[in-house]
Amino acid sequence: MNEIDAKACPVIAKHIKVALVGQPNVGKSMLINSVSNAHLHVGNFSGVTVDKTEVLFDYKEYHFTVVDLPGTYAFTDYTIEERVTHEYLCNEEYDLIINVMDSTNLEKNLQLTSELLSMNKKIIIALNMTDEADKEGINVNAEYMSELLGIRCVKVSAATKMGIEELIDGVVKTYEQEKVDSKLIFSEAVEEEIAAIVEYLSKHKHQANNSYRNIAINLLKNNKKTYSRLHDDPIWTELQPILIDASKHIELHHNSDDIKEAFAEEYSSFNRGVVAEVVEQKALEVKATLTDKIDRLLIHSFWGIPIFLFFMWGLFQLTFEIGAIPMDYIDMFFAWLGETIGATISNDDIRSLVVDGIIAGVGAVVLFVPNIIILFVGIALLESTGYMSRVAFLLDGFFHKFGLHGQSFIPLVTGFGCSIPAYMSARILKNDRDRLLTLFIIGFMSCGARLPVYVLFAGAFFSAEMAGNVLFAIYISGAILGLIAAKVLKLTAFKGADEPFVMEMPKYRLPSLKLIYHTVLTKTMMYLKKAGTFIAAASMLIWFLSNYPHNLEVVKSYEIKIENAQSEDEKLKQENSLAEALLEQSYLGQIGKFSEPIFEPLGFDWKMSVALQTGLAAKEVVVSTLGVLYALGADVDEENKSLANAISKHISFASAVAFIVVVMIYLPCLAASIVFTREAGHIKYFFYLFFFTSVTAYVMAFLAYNITKIIV
Amino acid sequence: MKTLIDCHKACMVKVVKLNAKDELKQRLISFGIMKESLIEVLEHAPAKSTIEIKVGKMRVALRAQEAQLIEVEKV
Repeated sequence: MNEIDAKACPVIAKHIKVALVGQPNVGKSMLINSVSNAHLHVGNFSGVTVDKTEVLFDYKEYHFTVVDLPGTYAFTDYTIEERVTHEYLCNEEYDLIINVMDSTNLEKNLQLTSELLSMNKKIIIALNMTDEADKEGINVNAEYMSELLGIRCVKVSAATKMGIEELIDGVVKTYEQEKVDSKLIFSEAVEEEIAAIVEYLSKHKHQANNSYRNIAINLLKNNKKTYSRLHDDPIWTELQPILIDASKHIELHHNSDDIKEAFAEEYSSFNRGVVAEVVEQKALEVKATLTDKIDRLLIHSFWGIPIFLFFMWGLFQLTFEIGAIPMDYIDMFFAWLGETIGATISNDDIRSLVVDGIIAGVGAVVLFVPNIIILFVGIALLESTGYMSRVAFLLDGFFHKFGLHGQSFIPLVTGFGCSIPAYMSARILKNDRDRLLTLFIIGFMSCGARLPVYVLFAGAFFSAEMAGNVLFAIYISGAILGLIAAKVLKLTAFKGADEPFVMEMPKYRLPSLKLIYHTVLTKTMMYLKKAGTFIAAASMLIWFLSNYPHNLEVVKSYEIKIENAQSEDEKLKQENSLAEALLEQSYLGQIGKFSEPIFEPLGFDWKMSVALQTGLAAKEVVVSTLGVLYALGADVDEENKSLANAISKHISFASAVAFIVVVMIYLPCLAASIVFTREAGHIKYFFYLFFFTSVTAYVMAFLAYNITKIIV
Repeated sequence: MKTLIDCHKACMVKVVKLNAKDELKQRLISFGIMKESLIEVLEHAPAKSTIEIKVGKMRVALRAQEAQLIEVEKV
């Protein structure tokens, strides 16, 4: 290469932009991860990647940009995620396509490939999951396949990192070579018609980017884009009758009145031919596969749902039981940290800011990291084993009664981790009404950030043996409320026809420890990072709002009382009421007092009211606010330092139940609300959501408070 | 006329016709459910609201309403 050229455009000269395309769940994201050491989210169900993601890396002397596109079964624009892929492939600039395939199911995967072939792009095929194919006794002859299709095919395995270098080398070679026409052959009838159109186009020396053959195929397939391009051309008047005749001929040949179906059959028979030539299946003994065996139990028409509920119950038991073990140590650590650091700061205000503000606030949130980790491991297992789709299958009938779609289960379960990815994953739902309905319901699935609130209250009011059950009950009742809300919305706001339920059930896969580790680590680090930044900042703000303005008169009046105190007990009592009085007239106290009348029917004191309001920023802040308020407040009794004790002492059981109900239902955090608004497509939906959740939360909490008061 | 929902568990059938409309039909086709394809019924969900089938090597879950649109015959 000329040196001056290289300097003039160093990026373009050696830059390869690759679009990664394939059917859902063939391991596209995992392949990128093993090529580039990226950590894209990976799961075992269709619809993990819902938006395009770019990954950059260098290999030899090339800069690669790989665009990971959502999986798509065909160019049908069935769901939003599929539309993202189709639009990208048709309208964006890129150099070549890597078509990722599942080697254990080539015939189905080739359906998409045959559609890709009619685009004017260089393609390379990555035959992924070769390791799994080996285990199943399937051998794909990649060289022969390359020859048959006219496309380079490389055997790889994203899981074992086999063939990755060969694939990248193949990409470079394909990039450098001229584009080769594909060797896709149709039946005689179709070939005849293609030839006729090609002949017509070349006779008129039609100008086009794509080959005449591809144009002819696209015209016959009723491809809208090709049509509109030719529609304004003068040759159209002559071409149209030829096309009509051709379509009739093909439809007659296929005994169908649907040209798309006819073409699908054409592709399918070509693909069957290819598979018959290149795939060698060792005759294994005909025995049930592992997936068959597991499915016989897990989706059993009677036992399936009880088994699922048992798993969920077990998960929440573990979350509480095992999560509680390290909690004491974390609690002790932050108490020690507060004392140690507090001792080094002489200024009273700064010490209070650091100890009562930052350390108490952040500590209250970090305390729940063990619970969060267990919950995330549970969700990661659900996602990566393939069980998720089974539950969608089991629950579809039940969900359908409530106006939800079986596949809504996937965003809903994701919602137990965090609402943000849950809102995103609702894209797997095709119909906008169903998607909106699901978006509205996701908030009822309590996210990981709300777990601390529940663990705190469950621990404060119940024995350790019961707390796990209480936790499970909270989550289940949230989910049931969500279903009821779905039914109400379906009957009122989102009336309409149902979306069909057609879903692939992936093979069961044993997730690698590394995968689980990475998924959980990423999410936990996000939680900790949030605690260290956002929550710390919020705690500082809350500390400030709860310490200022300093009312010197109050302090003075109490100082006299404290000095005059007869006994130590009396002195302590006066000190406590001083702190309480100061807190009450602080900014935060004023806000709390102002909003107290609204929350009074629910049995909340002003501290709880404030915690709910700050919780609008992030749900963890509910706990950190309570932490700051009670650290500053009256509770100076040395033996009862923990927040849980403070809560059980100051809050009645009925108020606590009402509080939990509000946290369960009311508006998700700020970040989630923003994503919700974006996914719903209009700001008005945010106001609907705000109104809907606030009213529901208030009414339910009011009922819960009064009923609990009567019972207990 | 027999449709997929009438089939018993572990029953092997061949697709005769798809009565689904446009988009759904395309979807079924892209899953490999089209004329002449062989389908094995694997499992019914409670109350037969949803069924699991095997087409080629892929397992697909279908709701009863969708299964009714697939005309089949015994092989």
